[in-house]
Amino acid sequence: MTWDMDYALDSLPPILEAFLRYTLLATVLGSVLAAVLGLVFAVIRRAHVPVLAPLTTVFIEFVRSTPIPIQLFFMFYVLPSIGITLGGLFVGVLTLGVHYACYYAEIYRAGIDAVPPGQWEACTALSLPARYQWQRVVLPQAIRNVLPSLGNYVISMFKETPFLFLISIPEMVRTAIDIGGGSFRYVEPLTIAGLIFLAASYPSSVALRRLEHRVGHA
Amino acid sequence: MADLQFVPWVDNLLGGLWVTIYVTVLGAVGATLVAFALGLLVRMKAALPRIGARIVIEFFRGTSLLVQLFWLFYVLPLLGYRLTPIAVAVVAFSLNFGAYGAEVVRGAITAVPRPQWEGAIALSLSPVQRMRRVIIPQALPLMIPPFGNLLIQLLKSTPLVFLVTVTDLATVADQYRAAEGNEAFIFGLLLVVYFVLAYLCTLLMHVLEARAKGRLGQREERSKIFAFRGPAAQEGEVA
Amino acid sequence: MATPDTTSPEAQHGGSGSPLITFDKVVKRFGDHVVLRDLDFNVGPGERCTLIGPSGSGKTTILRLLMTLEKVDGGHIWVDGEPLSHMPKGDRLIPADEKHQRRVRTKIGMVFQQFNLFPNMTVLGNITEAPIRVLGKSRDEAEQDARELLERVGLEAKVDAHPTQLSGGQQQRVAIARACAMEPKVLLLDEVTSALDPELVAGVLNVLREIAETTDITMLIVTHEMHFARDVSHRVLMFDGGQIIEDSPPEEIFENPAHERTKRFLKAVLEQG
Repeated sequence: MTWDMDYALDSLPPILEAFLRYTLLATVLGSVLAAVLGLVFAVIRRAHVPVLAPLTTVFIEFVRSTPIPIQLFFMFYVLPSIGITLGGLFVGVLTLGVHYACYYAEIYRAGIDAVPPGQWEACTALSLPARYQWQRVVLPQAIRNVLPSLGNYVISMFKETPFLFLISIPEMVRTAIDIGGGSFRYVEPLTIAGLIFLAASYPSSVALRRLEHRVGHA
Repeated sequence: MADLQFVPWVDNLLGGLWVTIYVTVLGAVGATLVAFALGLLVRMKAALPRIGARIVIEFFRGTSLLVQLFWLFYVLPLLGYRLTPIAVAVVAFSLNFGAYGAEVVRGAITAVPRPQWEGAIALSLSPVQRMRRVIIPQALPLMIPPFGNLLIQLLKSTPLVFLVTVTDLATVADQYRAAEGNEAFIFGLLLVVYFVLAYLCTLLMHVLEARAKGRLGQREERSKIFAFRGPAAQEGEVA
Repeated sequence: MATPDTTSPEAQHGGSGSPLITFDKVVKRFGDHVVLRDLDFNVGPGERCTLIGPSGSGKTTILRLLMTLEKVDGGHIWVDGEPLSHMPKGDRLIPADEKHQRRVRTKIGMVFQQFNLFPNMTVLGNITEAPIRVLGKSRDEAEQDARELLERVGLEAKVDAHPTQLSGGQQQRVAIARACAMEPKVLLLDEVTSALDPELVAGVLNVLREIAETTDITMLIVTHEMHFARDVSHRVLMFDGGQIIEDSPPEEIFENPAHERTKRFLKAVLEQG
């Protein structure tokens, strides 16, 4: 088996393009959705909103326990039948976002639990209404607590974007395979895809670990 | 109500379910072995095993499982190794989840309080005896929750094996979809099945954890065994 | 069980200078452990009372009940003529809702042993947050008042500092300013110097002395600092086993305690200097 450098370099641009247009975009949009929705879930559960809180718990557990590919298929086929026909990327981002929101909800919860009870008591002593208690005191501290973990899940989502190919999105790995299929040489394109993954995720992991140390000593 | 034509498919679906369970169990066993091997190697003082293990861990954690599956499936034969598709899947799962597991093993061992090490040394126990009889039994209860999360992630990753031509539950479901339509039904059904399987894994983990703790004299409440999963182990739930 | 009238017992008897705080047969349990049993006591407006006694005797629980950090298991608490943990409905009392509690509670301020400053805000932010959100003051007005309070506690220079940059004593003084910014009628002080290095204690106590001398704010103090208690209090109440076993002015209780238990307790505490 030999390595064909020319072939490898030829396959780089399309793979890179797929990375930027689909993989990276889906990761960013999905993470934003997950971060926001996860926060909503976490606050609902922590504030024990009647009816919504237990429903949210069951929903989170259900979504966390089932495979992303199946969820993607489910959403891909079910959404159009209830009238939403917004294309593959929308379905992908929505599914990934909701799925990861369930992980984020647990992380936020750990962060909220880590806020010292004295902070809550001080809010009571000052008669600070619930809205400001959350917004101005608890959440800022909670989120700072768990910033590194949130970052880890962004990386995790990034590595699960290949699933999007199941709903016909030409993301990076799919593109690599198509190129490989064209000339029956898979080694170079797949290796390049793998290297891009490493190049994107490893430095981020290192940076996050450093952030974790800094936050820990704050 | 649409004609589901479900009954003729039950056999196939059960066959697929069996494959899913088979791959999950074998993958879990493999991953545990890899996790302990790498986790212990990476803690050694000697540079070669430590750095080597670290490289392997970071490589398999940093690259996507999908890419690893493809790579093993397409590239290994070119290197002269012919593995059955199921073997490819099990190896890929073992390596990938084993790498994450290695971090869990390492962390749990490190979390055993220092005085325990010192006590074992003071009793002149050999390093192997130390590990086996003192440290690992205490590290086990700490390892089980993150391992439980990894197990469920492994289960959730099994649909990928259809890419390496293994016919698991998800593959059969897709065949059903292609033949009969009724997508909402079949994928909805699948979601429920996976949910039940995941819950069974959680139950198993809670039982194991209770037993591991019991051997240390820490009693666990009965009701906790049936609870849903607790907080996500941050390290353990990264795919 | 007789349903109580919706006015405080003392007001019913038409006393002059009706008490600001009344505990009426208050019961508090933690699990099986009964901390307060049928506790009755009053605090008049402007009175400063120190609660002393061994740990577990219920002193801190009383403060926490007043601050609604805990719920009563029996009996009622009245603040400024209104029930705290209950509210009137017709001619009965039912458990209070959050709005009622918050309204009555705003008259009470608390300073904690662990300061509990908000680490994500500056000193100024900590002091102005509640006055803006709860009392409805404008930002300018709140900041103006905050600066004045900081001056009184000797920390004008630290206006924009973060709590983590301050010593324990400084943080506690900011906490006192924060509580006072809400213009409470009652100030609860829960072992406010117990978590401080010995050298920093005096600074905080001096601030409290100054507040005591220049205002007529009602204070309930839980402390081990007996000299401070003596200087500042009108009454000292000795607690044991969830009951008040002695209630006298400081000169009497320190010089000549009536109860044997009080004698033993004071001897042990004062010996530690």
